[in-house]
Amino acid sequence: MMTQNAPNAIELRRLEKSFGLAKIIQGVDLAVEKGERHAIIGPNGAGKSTLFNLITGKYEPTAGQVYLHGQDVSGLKPFQINRMGLSRSFQITNIFPKMTVFENIRCGLLWSMGYKYSFWHLVNRQRGVSERAEEILEDINMVSRRDELAGVLTYAEQRALEIGITIAGGADIIMLDEPTAGMSASETTYMVDLIRKVTQDKTLIVVEHDMGVVFDLADRISVLVYGEIIATDTPQAVRENQTVQEAYLGSALEELH
Amino acid sequence: MSEQNTSMAKSSASAQPLVPIKSALPWLAAIAFLLFLPVVFPSGAALTIMNQMAMTIIFALAYNMLLGQAGMLSFGHAVYMGLGGFFCMHLLNQVEYNELYLPLPLLPVFGGLFGLFFAFLIGSFSTRRAGTVFAMISLGVGELIAACSIIIVVFFGGEEGVSGDRTMGPEVFGFDFASQQEVYYLTAIWLILAALGMYLFSRTPIGRIANAVRDNEERAEFLGYSQRNVRWISFCASGFFCGIAGALFAINFEILTEENLNLATSGSILLITFLGGVGFFIGPVIGAVVFTLLQTVLSLYTEIWQLYLGILFVLTVMFFPAGLTGLLAMHLRPWKLGKIGLLANPYAKMLAPALVLVGSGVALMEILFHARHASLGEEEMNLFGITFNSQDWLPTIVVVAIGAGAFYLVRLLAPQVKEAWDMANHAEGQ
Repeated sequence: MMTQNAPNAIELRRLEKSFGLAKIIQGVDLAVEKGERHAIIGPNGAGKSTLFNLITGKYEPTAGQVYLHGQDVSGLKPFQINRMGLSRSFQITNIFPKMTVFENIRCGLLWSMGYKYSFWHLVNRQRGVSERAEEILEDINMVSRRDELAGVLTYAEQRALEIGITIAGGADIIMLDEPTAGMSASETTYMVDLIRKVTQDKTLIVVEHDMGVVFDLADRISVLVYGEIIATDTPQAVRENQTVQEAYLGSALEELH
Repeated sequence: MSEQNTSMAKSSASAQPLVPIKSALPWLAAIAFLLFLPVVFPSGAALTIMNQMAMTIIFALAYNMLLGQAGMLSFGHAVYMGLGGFFCMHLLNQVEYNELYLPLPLLPVFGGLFGLFFAFLIGSFSTRRAGTVFAMISLGVGELIAACSIIIVVFFGGEEGVSGDRTMGPEVFGFDFASQQEVYYLTAIWLILAALGMYLFSRTPIGRIANAVRDNEERAEFLGYSQRNVRWISFCASGFFCGIAGALFAINFEILTEENLNLATSGSILLITFLGGVGFFIGPVIGAVVFTLLQTVLSLYTEIWQLYLGILFVLTVMFFPAGLTGLLAMHLRPWKLGKIGLLANPYAKMLAPALVLVGSGVALMEILFHARHASLGEEEMNLFGITFNSQDWLPTIVVVAIGAGAFYLVRLLAPQVKEAWDMANHAEGQ
């Protein structure tokens, strides 16, 4: 599936994070290949979101390294990591509520399209940006909501918009933190289809509680329990893994039925 | 399908003029208005007020680049206008004494660059954090520079300030800028240039991302933007336009003092901007116009004009946090629904009692002020054309009675206004 010399999209080496005395992430090793869809599952409080925040630069690791395409990015700021081609969404909806849907998407585009801190372009005149934003609106099926303020959208729409903002910059590694949390069954199905569509040919890392979503979407799954990865394997193998069964999946799978 | 899209985009592009008429119209109207203003108000006093208004508008717009656009509350923004002004004053003196060649109309460019320079310098550490940290640093720096202006006499001229003469430079198209009229047009042109510049800035990528950082700095960071750099650039841009206002101040008044740098000036620009409304580009303009009028015209009639200004500010913050512009903008919806007419009658009914209420409040404060502060033996006072003895109890009692009556009427009519307001905002089929 991958050539030996191509660096992994993401690689974590002995990654640790402590808050005061509490050691939340206790030495995580993980390699996510380019183009892989990887899910991280685990019980509440296992440290999934902390791991996300370490990879994306929101937190600085206490020890260990994060490699992005083979480059050490530990300790870099979120915007630096984003510029290297990693984009994320948030567990709690994180959009620009006072801007329109279109403007939200546009914010996600400006840096990656080379506008950076420009004060010599007028945004409305940049046809490339507008066209790309319209395309993304079409991808996330929100063309009809284009001029609504993001703050007045329904919850599910805001989640979809957040995905739109996340993929807008064209990052090749997409990290989604519980994209279907709090959604109805039909909304969840819709969201999974959307995620599959917009992350084609990209590396996807997703934290998710809904086991249906996880087994549907992921090529490989890592199980995080108390800040340690106890297994990383294909969905089928993880499902049959004895340790995982005991630590977590037994109860989680029962919930599914 | 994509081909179809591009051809559509092209055809719509060719139909679109370089500057859409609709967006150019307000600017053309503003230019025409500024050109004709001196025809209507040709007196020297009026020109002075208008010049001061123009400077305050630029300063307030520049301040709102921070407060409204980038969400940064500065308590020391007089520094950038003041320093720009002081440097320009020294430049004018160089023109006068050392034969520096500098046409006066270009002075604001230098003022802007000085403002930019100091914003760059101070912003390098003050914009690291937003919120309270930024506000506190701005306050500290403001105090620091104001204190320096007293200490460093060589540069700031101590308590006398620095003065100069704007007419010593080379003539430009035969203008030497000795007359108020010429200075007015110079100021007006710079007002248009600066306002247009700030308006366009708000529509650039950095201007839009400043809004994004204001609303959600974390999300902006995960989209590739350093929140600190976005704030710093906004701060520099604001400093640039403040410097332009400072240069215009130097040109108009030919003197700068510690007052141009101190906290009172920093405070009033915050007040002006908030009064006008931080959420609208036009807000600071309205705030500056209202404030300057109150400051210059009201102060001719009463010594306690600042008290009225303070009350107006407190009422605005309490009841109309979107400012005077917000108050106007509230009426856009009834207007669009075609129901603005519903409000005319209740507003008209409310007008008389509301005016009487305000009038009696003013009368009460004026009587109290006169009774306490008039010089000994001067007991006669004149108010609204009526002369009476301020030491008497009777006028106070009459004023309070009238005020109470007006208050009662206002309360009585308030439900009608509210009902009309709800009706006017109600769209059919909702």
